[in-house]
This record gives sequence, structure tokens and C-alpha cells, in this order.
Amino acid sequence: MNRDIFLEITENFRIASKTMKMVLHGDTRLITAPGQFVNLKLEGKYLRRPISVGDYDSSESGSLTLFYDIVGEGTAKMSKMRPGEKIQILMGLGNGFDTHMDCKKPALIGGGIGCAPMLALAKHLNVEGKKPVAFLGFNTRKDVVLFEELTKLGVETIISTVDGTEGVKGFVTDAYNSYCTQHPDEIDYFYACGPMPMLKALSDTMKIDGELSLDERMACGFGICMCCSVRTKDGARRICKDGPIFRKEDLIWK
Amino acid sequence: MEMKNGEIDLSVDLGSLKLDNPIIPASGCFGFGYGMEDYYDVNILGSISLKGTTLEPRFGNPLPRVAECEAGLINSVGLQNPGIHKVIEEELPKAAKVFKKPLIANISGFSIEEYVECCRLIDTQECIGLIELNVSCPNVHGGGMSFGTSREDVAKVIKEVKRVITKPLYVKLTPNVTDIVSIGLAAQEAGADGLVAINTMLGMRIDLKTRRPVIANIMGGFSGPAIFPVALRMVYQLSHACSIPVIGCGGISSAKDVLEMMIGGASAVEIGAANLINPYACKEIIENLPVEMEKLGITNLKELKI
Repeated sequence: MNRDIFLEITENFRIASKTMKMVLHGDTRLITAPGQFVNLKLEGKYLRRPISVGDYDSSESGSLTLFYDIVGEGTAKMSKMRPGEKIQILMGLGNGFDTHMDCKKPALIGGGIGCAPMLALAKHLNVEGKKPVAFLGFNTRKDVVLFEELTKLGVETIISTVDGTEGVKGFVTDAYNSYCTQHPDEIDYFYACGPMPMLKALSDTMKIDGELSLDERMACGFGICMCCSVRTKDGARRICKDGPIFRKEDLIWK
Repeated sequence: MEMKNGEIDLSVDLGSLKLDNPIIPASGCFGFGYGMEDYYDVNILGSISLKGTTLEPRFGNPLPRVAECEAGLINSVGLQNPGIHKVIEEELPKAAKVFKKPLIANISGFSIEEYVECCRLIDTQECIGLIELNVSCPNVHGGGMSFGTSREDVAKVIKEVKRVITKPLYVKLTPNVTDIVSIGLAAQEAGADGLVAINTMLGMRIDLKTRRPVIANIMGGFSGPAIFPVALRMVYQLSHACSIPVIGCGGISSAKDVLEMMIGGASAVEIGAANLINPYACKEIIENLPVEMEKLGITNLKELKI
């Protein structure tokens, strides 16, 4: 099965100060778990752009939703694409979150654009009868995304902003800690995605088990170049192929 | 001129080693040869040059290790590999399971002793058809200069390695030298069975917002279509100055590039960066090769060198 296929853009619009939502239509069968990513070929750019899967339905005539920040030339180019245009995409990369973990009330902890994979993850956890609580952290009110989408799914969603313009003032870890103080021993697992300093802080402080989605500059995105290696207890592992999701206890932070 | 596909011969010779076709994924751009089965049956390839291997395990350089360029990329992976013993015990069996033809081992070292020991060990492996020596690493006993920038160092390492191996030895040359032909000739005189040209060109990028180099290690190896003309020029010079085969490598991205490189003097080619942006790159090149040959009235790749 060809893994490098064209999908057609059906929607591409701004949902926050620097965040876009792109919905594509096409064969999404190779996406098999929330937390996977896809690698987009953009005209005029030599390397592809790895983007986390925000939401998807896995079918021959399915849809794929990407949430992405405009951070450089590649994502700026993406933001200018219009419905009807097609993008060549390497589908279904990475391992994805393990939604079958034995837990009742997992925390979904997202920082900035790291909130993106939490939508599909919440849907999967809901199907499994779990009651996830989402903690979404941003710099400021204008950056907030996914609150409505997650709330609509019935997921208790707690926003934090560094400047305090929305929700809890402080980092997402502050919001999580204050929730745990008010609801002791309820959260029994965590899924996290966000900037590396946030993930490191979680690894250092979380007493419960969990898994983290890592992000680094990649070249290939499918495991052959070793540009995105991370240290684990089993030796060097590739974020793009062995990850991007790693168990907290397996990672070695330097 | 009318020709049927069946009349086109893609096979090439690297000395005594026969390849079904000239297409070889370059070292560092195809892992240890396995893991690509999700994309295609790798047995269509001529051979595979495996990830660079050193005596000791190496995590490699700090991240970020990659920077994008206009027509290519800079990488600074730093020879990440599990070390020769684990490569032999774990990686080669996995590679040999999916690829049924002779593989190319790529060996690196930071001292002559390390090169010799790695080559001696890898030479015993049945699945290896050819040893490729990466002489672009710094010589820790020679003031940190790359082995490949000195005729004397290149000759010395080749002579020492040749003493302990039976398989053909190809030397992958660095382009970061004043006169690559003199290095190629020194390699030939020291007993190299062939050359691979070229390794990556030293380059760098700076992030305008942070005013810091994009790559953690500051500089890295530039590869991709941008370096193709340089690689072609060097392959042309080397193949005309030397009598041993030259494997052409550097920015090859299409069947046309393959033909151009082989007309320029390459006996086979290695494909690097193209694999990283398209996992099907080698497959597409192999499929397109007879099509492009037919257009140009070429039936045999062995007689292309000008």
C-alpha cells in the first residue's frame, strides 16, 4: 500500500493568534492511533514538515485534521493553501498513544500546539469508557485552542495561561498540581505533549505513570536518518519511528 | 531506435561484485537496511550501504542534528550506532533477513587501530560483500584532522586494513579537500579496490531569530541536489585519473542523474538525501532507469563512461 498519498484540503483557517486548523479528505487508513503524525511535502521546501495528527477517522474516504502553529516558512506556506488544493502526505508515522492502559481517569496534558493530538486521544479514551481530564496550557488568552472541541466531547477541560488572561495563571503543570490538590488520588495516568521543557518538568515531578509525545527537528520522519534520536533506558531511540510517544520511565533526560 | 524493456541491461560490476542494478542507498540514509519493508521490497536494490559503524557504541551529536537548505540539507548525526559487536550480533541478521544480496558495511574510526579492528570483525560476516571505509572522521591521534584530508593518513589506514580483510575495500572520500584526485590516487596506490565519491560537504546555517547556528554541533554535512554538480565533477576527475571503480554519490535524485553520473565515470551510484524526503526514491529511480535509457538509446550501463 502506497504510504505517500495525496489528500485534498477541505478547510484551512485560523483558530487562534498563531494556530491554524486544516482538514483534509482522502484515504486515512494508515493512521491507526492518536498521537501519530504525518509528513507533508510542500512546494519549494526540500524537507517535509512533520505535523501531529489532531483528529482523524480511519477510512478509505476519511478525514484528517491538523492543528498547526505558523512558526516558519513551511507552516506559513501551509497557511496560505486553499480548499481544493492537494498535499502529498506520508501517512501514519510513529507509534501513537497507548489508549488501552489500565486507568480510569487519565490526564491529557498539552502545552501550546502540543494540545493538538489530545482531541483524537480524548475520543479514543471516551470510547473505552475512561474519563479523561484535559489540562491545556498556553502563553495567553489569544493562543487558546481546543477548549470547545474537548468540552463538547464531555471532557473536563482546564485552561491555564502564563499571563493569567484565561483560566489558571501559570504553567500547565501548575494547573495540574492545583487540580490534584483539590481532587487527590483521582488522576491515575497521564498523556502529555508539548515543548521539551514542559515534558522534562512532567517527567521529573509526576508520581503516576504516563507517556509523553516528543518533538525534535526531523529529516526523514520514518526512521532511517537518526536525526531525531533520544536517549532511553534501552539505548538511543528514534522519535519518528520508535516514538514519538515514550513511557515516562523509559526516557533519560540529560 | 526501437527497444524492448527486456533488452535493457541494468547490471553493473564493482570489480568481482556484480550488482543487478547500480542503485545503492548511501550510508546513513537507509539505517541498517531493514525497516523499509513497509514501503517496498528492498531486494530490488543493487545493494545497501549500511549505517556507519564504529568500534564502540555512539549516541552521536546533540540535537538538533538537521538544518534545511534550499536544495538539500545539513546533517550532523555524529555516527550514531550501537558499535560493531551489536551491529554483528543484532543488526546484520535483521538486514540479511530482508535483503538477500551482498550488503555494504560502512566503517568509521577515530584511530587506525579502530578501523583495523572493525574491518577485521566485519570481514568475517557472510552477508557483507564489500567494505566501505569512511575516512571523513577526525583522527584523534593526528590532531583531529580528518583522515581523508591527508594522502599519508588515507594510505596508512588502507594499508593496515587491507592486511586483515579478504573482501573488497572501497574508500569513501571527503570532498572537503584541495585536490581530491591526489587523495584518490593515494588510496589506489595503497591498495583500495574502489572509491566512493563524495561524502557530504561541510556547511552551516544560522537561525535569524536566535542568531545561533541551527545545528547544535554548529557545522554539518551538506547533501542533496545542490551538491550534484560538485560530486559529478569529482567523480569525473577521479574516474579518469584512477583505474579502480568509482561509486558516484552526491545529490542524485533521479534516473537521469544516475545516467549523468555514470556517463561521468561512476560504475554504480549511491543515493542519500533523496531517500530522506521520499522513502520510495530508490524504487522510483530503478523503475525509471530503463525508461530514461530507452529514450537515450542506452542498453547497457557498463559502457557509459566518457
